[in-house]
Amino acid sequence: MAHEMSLEEVKKHIRVYLLVFGALAVLTVVTVAVSYLDMPFYPALIVALIIATVKAGLVAAYFMHLVGERQVIMWVLISAGAFLIAMFALFISSYADQEQIALISHAVSLSHVA
Amino acid sequence: MSLQIPYEVTPRLDTGVNNAKLGIWLFLASEIMLFGGLFAAYVFLRMGAEAWPGLEIPYTGEMATRADQILNVPLATLNTMILIGSSVTMVMAWASLKMDKFSKYKLYMGLTILLALAFLVVKAFEYGDKFDHHFYPSTNNFLGVYFVLTGLHAIHVTGGIIVNAWFWGPGTKMWTQGTAHDKAHFANRIEVAGLYWHFVDLVWIFLFPTIYLI
Repeated sequence: MAHEMSLEEVKKHIRVYLLVFGALAVLTVVTVAVSYLDMPFYPALIVALIIATVKAGLVAAYFMHLVGERQVIMWVLISAGAFLIAMFALFISSYADQEQIALISHAVSLSHVA
Repeated sequence: MSLQIPYEVTPRLDTGVNNAKLGIWLFLASEIMLFGGLFAAYVFLRMGAEAWPGLEIPYTGEMATRADQILNVPLATLNTMILIGSSVTMVMAWASLKMDKFSKYKLYMGLTILLALAFLVVKAFEYGDKFDHHFYPSTNNFLGVYFVLTGLHAIHVTGGIIVNAWFWGPGTKMWTQGTAHDKAHFANRIEVAGLYWHFVDLVWIFLFPTIYLI
């Protein structure tokens, strides 16, 4: 898309770039300010991740021109995202599993004592 | 005689994009997995940690309960602003070429490189301060995660500086001495370098809150 852009379109884009810069700067201040509220861990984590995702979305959509980008690029990103989620799921499920194993082995050792 | 790579400027009919753009996005997909793997390791280590960051606050001797008692949030906030600013100058460098304003391109690309260097200088002060307090990657898991993730990111910043410096200096011959086709090719190169640079910014956007603030 980007390589077919006309001069007028480029000029329109520059205004958007400056607006995105402003939004990113404001969101950075917000994310730091929120951290001073001393929220409990999980709410703080969720707020920080939401702000970071919005910022990342702005960078990807406008600076990286994902808005209006070809389908092939979208599929590259969607597959990368799917593999990323799968990798996180593996880590987290193995952690949950480890607790299960600990519980079971504890129960077994108790039954031996009895 | 030179090897001509096809579809460097014109989009391929089947993909709809030029080869360089598809190539950089495939590379960035692999980068998502590289940083994603380390983020997953961070989550895993933190879930299993008895204490995080698990270090004494310098000068007070009390145990820190938050990462921002060990790490320097104002410096990291400054670095976040610097990196965001460099993303804007990078995209402006590309837009300047699209408007056929080469001197503006030189200005914006030069600024991008300077901002990236400023990021590394700030980072060096941060690391130096950690070392002064005998905080090393081997000290504990928190510092291991901090140094590995920010260190790998800093290596990516360094790589970006090298590529952008080439496109600011000797690489500009393609524009200044080239045909219309070469100019279009050069503008594509800047767009592709920009995609990498914005990705480096994007990684930092996640690193900053998850390591420093949470």
